[in-house]
Amino acid sequence: MQSAIESAGITKKFGSNRVLNDITFSVNESEIFGFIGPDGAGKTTLFRIVTTLLLPDEGKMTVFGTDSLKGFRELRKHIGYMPGRFSLYHDLTVEENLKFYATVFGTTIRENYDLISDIYSHIEPFKKRLAGQLSGGMKQKLALSCALIHKPKLLVLDEPTTGVDAVSRSEFWDMLKNLRKHDITILVSTPYMDEAMRCDRIALIQNGSLLSVDKPRKIKEGFGKRLYRIMAPDKYRLLISLRKYELTDTAFPFGDSIHVTFRDDIYDQSLINHLRSEGIANVTIEEMEAGIEDRFLELMERKLDGEIE
Amino acid sequence: MHGPTAAYTQHDMKRFLGFVKKEFLHISRDYRTLIILFGIPAAQILLFGYVVSTDIKNAGVAFFDQSKDEITRQLTDKICSSGFFTKTGDLASQDDIDRIFKKGGTKAVVIFENDFGRNLVSRGKGEISIIADGSEPNVATLVTNYMTAIISDFNMDLAGQAAGAALIVRPEVRMFYNPGLKSHYMFVPGVITLIMILICALMTSVTITREKEFGTMEVLLVSPLKPIQIILGKVMPYFLLSFIDVIVILLLSWFVFDLPVKGSLALLLGESMLYIMMSLSLGILISTVSGTMQQAIFISLVGMMLPTILLSGFIFPIENMAEIYGWISSILPPRYFIVIIKNIMIKGTGFLYVWKETLILTGFTVLFIALSVRNFKIRLQ
Repeated sequence: MQSAIESAGITKKFGSNRVLNDITFSVNESEIFGFIGPDGAGKTTLFRIVTTLLLPDEGKMTVFGTDSLKGFRELRKHIGYMPGRFSLYHDLTVEENLKFYATVFGTTIRENYDLISDIYSHIEPFKKRLAGQLSGGMKQKLALSCALIHKPKLLVLDEPTTGVDAVSRSEFWDMLKNLRKHDITILVSTPYMDEAMRCDRIALIQNGSLLSVDKPRKIKEGFGKRLYRIMAPDKYRLLISLRKYELTDTAFPFGDSIHVTFRDDIYDQSLINHLRSEGIANVTIEEMEAGIEDRFLELMERKLDGEIE
Repeated sequence: MHGPTAAYTQHDMKRFLGFVKKEFLHISRDYRTLIILFGIPAAQILLFGYVVSTDIKNAGVAFFDQSKDEITRQLTDKICSSGFFTKTGDLASQDDIDRIFKKGGTKAVVIFENDFGRNLVSRGKGEISIIADGSEPNVATLVTNYMTAIISDFNMDLAGQAAGAALIVRPEVRMFYNPGLKSHYMFVPGVITLIMILICALMTSVTITREKEFGTMEVLLVSPLKPIQIILGKVMPYFLLSFIDVIVILLLSWFVFDLPVKGSLALLLGESMLYIMMSLSLGILISTVSGTMQQAIFISLVGMMLPTILLSGFIFPIENMAEIYGWISSILPPRYFIVIIKNIMIKGTGFLYVWKETLILTGFTVLFIALSVRNFKIRLQ
C-alpha cells in the first residue's frame, strides 16, 4: 500500500517556542489516521503544514509522493481541509456556502453529490437557512460537505467534533467510516480520547512531540501495569490520600473515579488501612482494562521523568 | 497546446465569477455595509453642505435704537432686508443686550447712539456699535464682516446723495468660479475625495481581514484560487459600488446645491475611477499588513481619514501650512485628487491642466498594487 503522507523530522518554531519537535509518521492510503492530544499539543500547526499553509523549519513532508513545499499548487487541488473553526460564511445560506466552495474548486454540487449525499441530506431541508443560524452539529456537517465537495484524495479535519453534541459526534464518526469506500484518506485530530478508538491508527501527541503511533488497540495494550478503578464519596480527598500512600505509582482522576497503579501491581490491606486512617470510608476498588487516556498519561509521565533525569 | 490553456482560463473565470458573486451576497446581506456605502456619503454631503456651512443666512440681530429717526430706520431696514439678517427684537435698555443674547437666537446687537441722525447730518459722523456673540467666534466674525459691509454700503449711498457728483471710489470685488463664495463649492469635491478613500480603503481592508478572522481565508488559500483572483474578486464589487457612489454624490450636489460640473463629465468620471482604483489598492495593502478587522479599521480611519481631512487641502489650504506639513501632504494621494476634481468641477479645465496629478495618482496605484501582491501571503504565518 502506498503511503498518503510521509512526515520526516518535521520541526516548527514560533519565535523561540518549539511547537513541533521532530515529528515523524506515515499515513496509509484510505485510512483514518487520528491525532490525539490536548489543546496546545501542536495538532493544528501540524495540519497546517500538511495542507501547505505553513512551512516547517526542518524536516520533509510528502503528500501522495509530492513534496508539500515545492508542489503546493498541485497538492492544494487534492486536499479537503476543514479548519477548527468551521470555515463557513455565516451570512450565506447553507446552499450558497456549498455552491461557493464547489465553484472555487471547479466543480458543481451535482457532480459530486453521491459523495456528500450521506452527510448533506441531514442538512438539505435547511438549505435556505443562513449558516450562522445552524446548530453546532449542522455547521459541522455543512463544513464537512464543503470540504468534500471537490472529491479530495486527502481530507484534513482539525478537531471536527469540538463544540458538537455527543449524538452528532457519534454520527460524524459513522460518516467518516462510510467515506472510506470512496478511497479518501482522512487525517483527523481530536482532544477526546474516546474518539481515538474509531480511528484505524492514531498518534498520541503532547507538547509538540509524538508519544506513540499505532493502532488504538495496540496502544491500549501497551499499558504495562495493572490498573485499578477506585471510588469513594469524597473524590478529592481520596485522590490526595492515594497520592500520599507510599506504594502508589500513579493516581489520576477520571470522571467520578480515580485510576491507580501500584508499584508492585497489587495492593493489600495496608492501602485500606491507610485510607481508613485518612478518614475515607465506603471505598470500592476494582481492576479494569486500561484505555487510551491511561496509556497517554503513562507515556506522558514517562517522558517527563525522562526529561528530568 | 491551446486546449488545456483555454480550459484552465475557463475554469479560472468560473472560479473568479463565483467569488465575485459571493462578495455581492455578503454586501447585500449586510445592511451596515449598504449604509456605509450609500448612507454616509449622502449624509456627509448634506452635513457639510448645510450644517457646516460657512455662509450666514437669516442670522438673528436685535436693535437698540436710542435715536429713532429717519436714518436709523432706513439703516435698520437695509440690514434686515439684506437676506443675511432677521430682526429678533427692539431693545429698550443696555441691560436688554445681555438678556437677549442669553435667550439665544440673536447673533448680534446693533446700537445707534442718541441723536444718531442729527449727528450724522450736522457733524458728518454718527456712531454705531455692533456687539456680536463671541461664544461662536466664526459666526461672530462673519456677522460683523457682513454687517460692516452693509453699513459701509449704506454710508456710500448717503455720501452719494449728499455730495452729489463727488467722486467716490467704490471697490467692486467679484469672485471668479464661485461668485457667491458658497462653501459647498469647496465641500463637495472634498467630500468626494474623503468618502471615496474611506469607503474603498476601509471596506476592502475589512472584507479581506474578515476572512482571516473567521478562518475562511485558510480554506481559500488551500483552494486552487490564485491570490490575484482573491484580490480582484474582493475589489471588483466595491469598485462598482464606489463608482455608483460618485454618481450619487454628483447628482446630489447638482440637485441640492445647484453645483454643476463645469468641465467634462467623462473626464471627471474617468479620474474618479482612477482614484477609486488607487483607494482600493491602498485598502488591499492595509489588509496585507493587518491581521484583524479592528486593526484594519484603525489604520484606515486614523491613517487615512484624519490626514485627508487635515492635510489634503480639503479644509486648510496647503499654502498656509508649515513646511513640514506641506511635505507630509505631498505623499497623500487625496491631495492630488482634490486638485483634479476642483479643476474639472469648478474651473472647468481639461486634462491638460491635471495630467501631472493624474500621473502621480497612477503612480500611487501601481505602487500600492505592487506592494500588496508582494505582501499577500499564500500561506499563514
